[in-house]
Amino acid sequence: MNKKQKRTVARIITALVLLILLIILEKTGNLSFLDGRWYAFVPFLLPYLLAGYDVILKAAKNIAHGQVFDENFLMMIATFGAFFVGEYAEASGVMIFYQIGELFQGIAVGKSRRSIAALMDISPEYANIERDGELVEVDPDEVHPGDLIVIKPGERIPLDGTVVDGSSMIDTSSLTGESVPRSAREGDPVISGCINGSGTLRVQVSREYEDSTVAKILELTENASSRKSPIENFITRFAKIYTPAVTIAAVLLAVIPPLLFGQDWMEWIKRACTFLVISCPCALVISVPLGFFGGIGASSRIGVLVKGSNFLEALSQVKTIVFDKTGTLTKGEFRVQKLYPAEGVSEAELLRKAALAETYSTHPIAEALRAAQRERLSEKAARTADQDAPGTGDSGRSEADDYFVTDAQEIAGKGLSVLIDGKPVLAGNAALLRDAGVDFSETEDAGTVVYLAEDGRFLGSAVISDSVKEGAKEALESLKKSGVRETVMLSGDRRKAAETVGAELSIDSVYSELLPQDKVTKLEEILRSGTGKDKTAYVGDGINDAPVLSRADLGIAMGSLGSDAAVEAADIVLMDDDVTKIAETMKIAQKTLRIVRENIWFALGVKFAVLILGAFGLASMWLATFADVGVAVIAILNSMRMLRRKAG
Amino acid sequence: MKKKFDLDNLDCANCAAKMEDLIKKIPGVEDVSVNFLTQKMTLKADDARFDEIVKEAAKCVKKVDSDTTLLV
Repeated sequence: MNKKQKRTVARIITALVLLILLIILEKTGNLSFLDGRWYAFVPFLLPYLLAGYDVILKAAKNIAHGQVFDENFLMMIATFGAFFVGEYAEASGVMIFYQIGELFQGIAVGKSRRSIAALMDISPEYANIERDGELVEVDPDEVHPGDLIVIKPGERIPLDGTVVDGSSMIDTSSLTGESVPRSAREGDPVISGCINGSGTLRVQVSREYEDSTVAKILELTENASSRKSPIENFITRFAKIYTPAVTIAAVLLAVIPPLLFGQDWMEWIKRACTFLVISCPCALVISVPLGFFGGIGASSRIGVLVKGSNFLEALSQVKTIVFDKTGTLTKGEFRVQKLYPAEGVSEAELLRKAALAETYSTHPIAEALRAAQRERLSEKAARTADQDAPGTGDSGRSEADDYFVTDAQEIAGKGLSVLIDGKPVLAGNAALLRDAGVDFSETEDAGTVVYLAEDGRFLGSAVISDSVKEGAKEALESLKKSGVRETVMLSGDRRKAAETVGAELSIDSVYSELLPQDKVTKLEEILRSGTGKDKTAYVGDGINDAPVLSRADLGIAMGSLGSDAAVEAADIVLMDDDVTKIAETMKIAQKTLRIVRENIWFALGVKFAVLILGAFGLASMWLATFADVGVAVIAILNSMRMLRRKAG
Repeated sequence: MKKKFDLDNLDCANCAAKMEDLIKKIPGVEDVSVNFLTQKMTLKADDARFDEIVKEAAKCVKKVDSDTTLLV
């Protein structure tokens, strides 16, 4: 509580005590000397003014500006009306309770604002730049690409750049939600907004501050609330007509029955006053955007940027999810999965020969084989560290120099032939070996199989494929549990490879051998087949599927930390490439929408119930006060559940 | 031009919506959003009249809620 709020508490308590004393005096007959006098209301004016003088002052000021539908003004009219009809205790009581409600509301809003501020607390305050051999703290805005900055242990990285000196572990959790720190060494890129670990880094800045990751994220999060969801737009429109409608209804209620049907003026003015007390749509106007803000905040805490409330609402209604295969569901890197050496051949020899044969090829398959060989060598080097092992530097190359690889020839669509130390070696698909008349055994594994033969003798085969990401299966399962009806995978890859991945992940439909433009066409087909309200999301890595991302109802880009194109094109951005985050964000979205709907039904339900009861004279002003501020506080507290949601 | 402003003492959510409506009506304003939670106003308006527009916007803010101040 701040100072102002503490003063309000003191005022409210004093006013409340005074009011209770007055009520006791009245009930025990000690105020009977005032009965029937015109100034009988004067004692009750004391707690009333003490609690509500600021409301009245504000009402006066705002009415001078022509604000007829101002909540303070309407509250003033309502309580004046109560005094007028002789309900003195109610008039002061309602004012006191109104103030209590406002106070709670103020505290809750203040708390939410602080949580939001904490959420935004990733902006760097300064950058250390070297000038004339001395470190100077400057505003990150003043640093330009190419400048060298120094990041000391524990500091926030102010700008995107590349490490030129030093090594450290970097805590990216405020951006990605990932708690395991990443290592950063010379040559590694670092991203602004992360926290440096225990090492000092010298970093060459690659982008202006305004283009840096942290500035982009902050801008997106702040602007997220301006892209309003359909529900929010409905509330805004509703709020605009609600206050005037209730106020006019109150006037009619006060005037028509007495004028036309000769009813008691006092009774109907009293009823009209209960209307005025409920005339502010505050409960909805605060709690709905707060709920969405909380949802967006909770997502950003797990490393998912949602670019607007509208996208959060859309995500909660997604029924079809279309995935890109490579890089999204699979790791996007070819690896040697399995080695099948022929009899009398060791795995090491098979791999070495295969890597040697592929020495001069730039094909991804060749790279996978060379990478596997390098890995094996460096493992060996680590085991025999004290010996003079080959394995320093680019060991793949040095092996090639030790051996004599010549006469490399590519046999189109089949593989290649080389001479290793003068012996002819064939590396390629089954057709290559069959053509050469080599006796060999075929491998049934999915993926690309490279068969190897030396001097007409079969050495074995290596299976190379892209592998499914860890957690992808669980991610798809939990999406289904969250209400996704259909999963689809689009791939530019061969049918066999795509279908194997599809089967492994139990994806409903798989479309393969698609060119980038085919993906858009396919997605449009899927969009057309769906019904109006159900949404279709597309998940891609944003590298060459920007058109597809923007065509879908909801574009989700992943692994996009630092990638501008993806961040631009997508509606939701996963900062790391963890697919499981989609299901998690979907849960957050659904929870947000549930809370928002709860608040809308609850607030509108209570308000309309009290309005109807009030019109029939069944609702007291006390109840009306609860329907106004009480409901607002409850709705805000409900929305705050989203803000408090822990990461993970 | 697009610029962000802080709003001091923006205590009433309904007022934020009213301010937004009023400011939108100022000639030259392309877009404006008043955020109750972050207490910020984002104004996108005609470059030539920007300063004038900001002054008018400050008046609109005062008009809706006399306790709130647009910090320029």
